[in-house]
Amino acid sequence: MEPLTNKKKVLAQKPLTFAERMYLPAITKGLSITISHFFKKEATIRYPEVEREFSTNWRGMHSLKRDEEGRERCTACGLCALSCPAEAITMIAAERKPEEKHLYREEKYAAMYEINMLRCIFCGLCEEACPKEAIYLDGPIVPSDYLRKDFIYGKDKLVEAPLTLK
Amino acid sequence: MSDKVKVTIDGITVEVEPGTSILNAARQIGGDIVPPAMCYYSKLEGSGGKCRTCIVKVSKGSEKDPRPMPKLVASCRTTVMDGMEVQNITSPEVLEARSGVVEILLINHPLDCPVCDQAGECDLQNLTYEHGLQKTRYEFERRTFDRIDIGDKIQLHMNRCILCYRCVFLADQITEQRVHGVLNRGDHSEISTYIQQAVDNDFSGNVIDVCPVGALTDKTFRFRNRVWFTKPIDAHRDCPTCSGKVTLWYKGENVLRVTARKDVYGEVEAFICNTCRFEKKQTSDWVLEQPTHISDASVIASNHYETMQPLPVIQVNLKLQQANKIELEKTSKF
Repeated sequence: MEPLTNKKKVLAQKPLTFAERMYLPAITKGLSITISHFFKKEATIRYPEVEREFSTNWRGMHSLKRDEEGRERCTACGLCALSCPAEAITMIAAERKPEEKHLYREEKYAAMYEINMLRCIFCGLCEEACPKEAIYLDGPIVPSDYLRKDFIYGKDKLVEAPLTLK
Repeated sequence: MSDKVKVTIDGITVEVEPGTSILNAARQIGGDIVPPAMCYYSKLEGSGGKCRTCIVKVSKGSEKDPRPMPKLVASCRTTVMDGMEVQNITSPEVLEARSGVVEILLINHPLDCPVCDQAGECDLQNLTYEHGLQKTRYEFERRTFDRIDIGDKIQLHMNRCILCYRCVFLADQITEQRVHGVLNRGDHSEISTYIQQAVDNDFSGNVIDVCPVGALTDKTFRFRNRVWFTKPIDAHRDCPTCSGKVTLWYKGENVLRVTARKDVYGEVEAFICNTCRFEKKQTSDWVLEQPTHISDASVIASNHYETMQPLPVIQVNLKLQQANKIELEKTSKF
């Protein structure tokens, strides 16, 4: 078929010249490019021994915060679960007993708080919805696992460790 | 000539019976022009005139005396006159005054909506959302009280009370002798039972429904779940003491709470007895009708379907479901 435009480049198939038939110049040229990369800065890092620094607006694993007295800030108001587009968060509230005042900030607290990390899309809406500044997505990458049930993170994994005085 | 009187509210004319209040005339029109009411309750005699959120501007007194009323008036307490012209949302003066009223109502109201069980269906929360300021200008200590148990089923948080007197009127209406009232005056007023004596009337649970804020709450529902995670369904039963028409609030299979049915103004259709409210929390006790209609503006409307069975979101594939089941068994074996 006749080409409609003259953009088509017609390649002439010529026999290889003697230098081309030797292949050696092409091999040295290719190897020199490879070897030159040995002396350049590495583009990769050796994860997990080395970790890249996260950017300031990074959203990783959730953590439930404590206040300056070490009490849990979460009051189980349910706004994070309401705002969650993936419906990853569930909680059960309970009433604080008088002797638990040093553990929980408000008279109501989350007795059970679960995030399904397989459902979570790390959008950060829970963080924005929280009226008590209790949840932040400031953790690392959620580690991999084998079973689905191990991705449902409870309070044991989410609540940050209490401050220890040294 | 008919004996009805003509009243114009925000440019909409309506004919009402003489002696009707401006608020009720506006409710006959309906829509956005209805003034909000925190203390007025059409089913409670004598209620109204306390909170001043329903204030409106009367720009023309009547046909005979066309002078405007000198001040903004409480629409729940002012009766209509023939030819009266009323401005509600069309008057910036009213809106400004109303946001002032909201600010005053919030002076002693704690900011504990995340803890409060009323959040999500709270009249004061809705009102503040529409008219309130982002921040409080009040710098002094808010008044605080201890929680009081009124009987074993009702809890009174005096901190949250806005002194609308609705519960007092209700108690007066359903019982012969007074069982609770307002103690002290002015800034020190508080709702209380005398010597914390239990309100043991059969209809005492209705104070929970008439309370516009979270001051009177159901102890059997306390902290059980947030209102917007529960699914309201209208139901009825053959009750010897009351009409038996209620709303059941479901979470999964469980009935967490039973309330009376509320209309668009947050008023109950009929008071229900304590047996219906606190004792009958089994699906088998009730005849289910249909899911309650929830306004789209309400937070409760999230994930609320107005069909008994939500429509399927995916096509039913039995073969796939069977395969998934086997897969789930494999993983949950460990």
